[in-house]
Amino acid sequence: MPGGSSGGSAAAVASDQCLGAIGSDTGGSIRQPAAFCGVVGLKPTYGRVSRYGLVAFASSLDQIGPITKTVEDAALLLNIIGGHDPLDSTSADIDLPDFTASLSEGIGEIRIGVPDEYFIEGLDPEVESAVRTAIKLLEKEGASVKPISLPHTGYAVSTYYILATSEASSNLARYDGVKYGFRAEAGDLMEMYLRTRAQGFGPEVKRRIMLGTYALSAGYYDAYYKKAQQVRTLIKQDFEDAFSEVDVIVTPTTPTPAFRVGEKISDPLQMYLNDIFTISANLAGTCAISIPCGFSSSGLPIGFQIIGRPFDEETVLRLAGTYERETDWHMRRPEL
Amino acid sequence: MMKMLSDAGLEAVIGLEIHAQMLTETKIFCGCSTAFGAEPNTQTCPVCIGMPGVLPVLNRRVVEFAVKTGLAMNCRITPYSRFARKNYFYPDLPKGYQISQYELPICEKGHLDIHINGESRRIGITRIHMEEDAGKNIHQKDGSYVDLNRTGVPLLEIVTEPDIRTPQEAALFMKKLRAILRYLGVCDGNMEQGSLRCDANVSLRPAGSTGLGTKTEIKNINSFRFVEKALEYEIKRQVKVLRDGGDIIQETRLWDSETGTTNSMRSKEEAHDYRYFPEPDLVPLQIEEDWIKQIRETLPELPDQKMKRYQEEFGLPEYDCEILTEERPVAEWFERAVKAGGSPKAVSNWMMTDILRLMNETGTEITELRITPEMLASLIGLIEKGTISGKIAKMVFNDMYTTGKDPETIVQEKGLVQISDAGELEGTIQEILDAHPDEVGRLKAGDKKLIGFFVGQVMKATKGKANPKMVNEIIRKKIS
Repeated sequence: MPGGSSGGSAAAVASDQCLGAIGSDTGGSIRQPAAFCGVVGLKPTYGRVSRYGLVAFASSLDQIGPITKTVEDAALLLNIIGGHDPLDSTSADIDLPDFTASLSEGIGEIRIGVPDEYFIEGLDPEVESAVRTAIKLLEKEGASVKPISLPHTGYAVSTYYILATSEASSNLARYDGVKYGFRAEAGDLMEMYLRTRAQGFGPEVKRRIMLGTYALSAGYYDAYYKKAQQVRTLIKQDFEDAFSEVDVIVTPTTPTPAFRVGEKISDPLQMYLNDIFTISANLAGTCAISIPCGFSSSGLPIGFQIIGRPFDEETVLRLAGTYERETDWHMRRPEL
Repeated sequence: MMKMLSDAGLEAVIGLEIHAQMLTETKIFCGCSTAFGAEPNTQTCPVCIGMPGVLPVLNRRVVEFAVKTGLAMNCRITPYSRFARKNYFYPDLPKGYQISQYELPICEKGHLDIHINGESRRIGITRIHMEEDAGKNIHQKDGSYVDLNRTGVPLLEIVTEPDIRTPQEAALFMKKLRAILRYLGVCDGNMEQGSLRCDANVSLRPAGSTGLGTKTEIKNINSFRFVEKALEYEIKRQVKVLRDGGDIIQETRLWDSETGTTNSMRSKEEAHDYRYFPEPDLVPLQIEEDWIKQIRETLPELPDQKMKRYQEEFGLPEYDCEILTEERPVAEWFERAVKAGGSPKAVSNWMMTDILRLMNETGTEITELRITPEMLASLIGLIEKGTISGKIAKMVFNDMYTTGKDPETIVQEKGLVQISDAGELEGTIQEILDAHPDEVGRLKAGDKKLIGFFVGQVMKATKGKANPKMVNEIIRKKIS
């Protein structure tokens, strides 16, 4: 399977059906499918690209970004979709550089941080080896590499699933059968609400609405939603601390290469853990890119992730571009 | 009712929650018109009807109005405030949540003073916040419909401390609040049309104690006269429940103006869990001290300040000041007349009697009258100069009202100039004295009441134009 939720965009790019595409990334939905499909996926900084027109899932995490065949294409697309939008109050009113301009400048004395917390048990050895090889190549190109710590990484998945589902439970309330979209026939208002939502939503969406509704409920708000907001602040702080020592952070994009269709759907927890390396960038609101760095023995693509400072997509793209010039992974396609 | 309370050794504790529709031209989060009375669903756009993918953008004027109101109500303007989502399902709420403020409202800790029985009572304002209005459900024979024109119209929610003790105080507070909102141009204050709405929390407790009893919330108080009526009914109801050994149930009750009663709508157990959380589509609102200062400078002189000034500067009685300052256009009309040279007491007298009577009788606003403040001032001037008498002035005033002509023109056209020429008056007076020898005799004998008779005769002969003061003097001189 191509990954999700912007797996369609990634698959379309990988199978040469288009030059590039855009996707939305709430917890990794651009980067994870890009890694699985062997293409480039960039989640810009929260606020870099307008969310106006994006059907909201989790408003404080959602961000639009490009999925492309090359880093340069990603830069070109970001030039187009980035920038302040008066219709989105959360879009940042700051300068939008030409992201292609500095792509070929080389990486200079860039400092790379490698967080211990991302090389853990459960990380596929082939993925680890591909990422470590990529880091070595960047070191050879002049980067200095040092181990760092993002101590609250272990809380990212649970924090994410409380905040994302809370916001989603509210964002999806408008699909109530009254004004927009599907309405089930019923005798009275309450029955119409119940049937519309029972028939209109799939099981995973219902699960998330229930989780989020629970986390926001009176008596549970402090223990779940509020606590998760506090942990989110700590995770953000982790990144701020790290970025005082390094310019970028390099990690695997996913713990494993792609899995089979339906393989993990029966175990949602296992499925949620697939986002373990991508979620933190959304919680911290910073930018991150996934680029191809190898194939597994079974021929599945592997990607690695470069996380940058907020609004420093330039550095992330420059480093990714340098790696891309020195390798040909992005030119290869898995056998189908 | 108050006797019933004091007999039971109880006092009422009342807090109000007021919703005021703001007079902005466009809605709080989109550019749609807020005009009242348009065809259903013609003042809507993807944002206010909650289509997927849309985002709210805060209307700057709404914030300005909220700050203005907060300042006028002596609130602290919070430098950092936030919007929150209030989640509930209802057909008139297309997003399934209302964007409101919860933990960090824009204004807090204010107060308003009301005047009752010659005393001043301070009512605390807990908070003022901004939110969007919902739409309207329309139930017809053939089915139920939703009109979303009102969805997204900006509201101010004003919450008082439970400082109010009587229904009369509640009514006075609402009157004061309405006056201020209208002075500021923030809300038209029309309770019948629903642009000003009032919910009341009511509980009872032993008189003089400080705890709080179980409260009920009264909704649907849709007119100024019902504020007092609904509260009186509810207090009586609670006293009876307690007197009969029962307990007050925490619940929401609806006021029914037809029956004059409040009826249970939902109990505490059925209350919604609104699952408030910070609105992620809007950034926290940071208000600069400079902007607050700028807004403060645009605040008009408010009713209380005007009242005080009228008393001090013009020496007017408190009652007159209260009436003159209740509506800004009336106060401004008064001030214009004074500025045009009318003496304040005379202007006030004319306004308190004839002007307000005309306004009430004809249902016109003071600004729509054909009489301008400048015209009233010159009418007063004509009286003071002795050009016309007070009696003629009433005639001229009525003419001014119907024709819109200024008093000088009317006086001239109709030849109403007062006869203050002693020679001319003396001739007329002599004729009248000559025609009434008996009365002259009685007057000379000491029957002073007859002075009035003769003045009346002279006025009649001159068609009211004689200067009554001079007539009086001349008669006295001739008799003695």
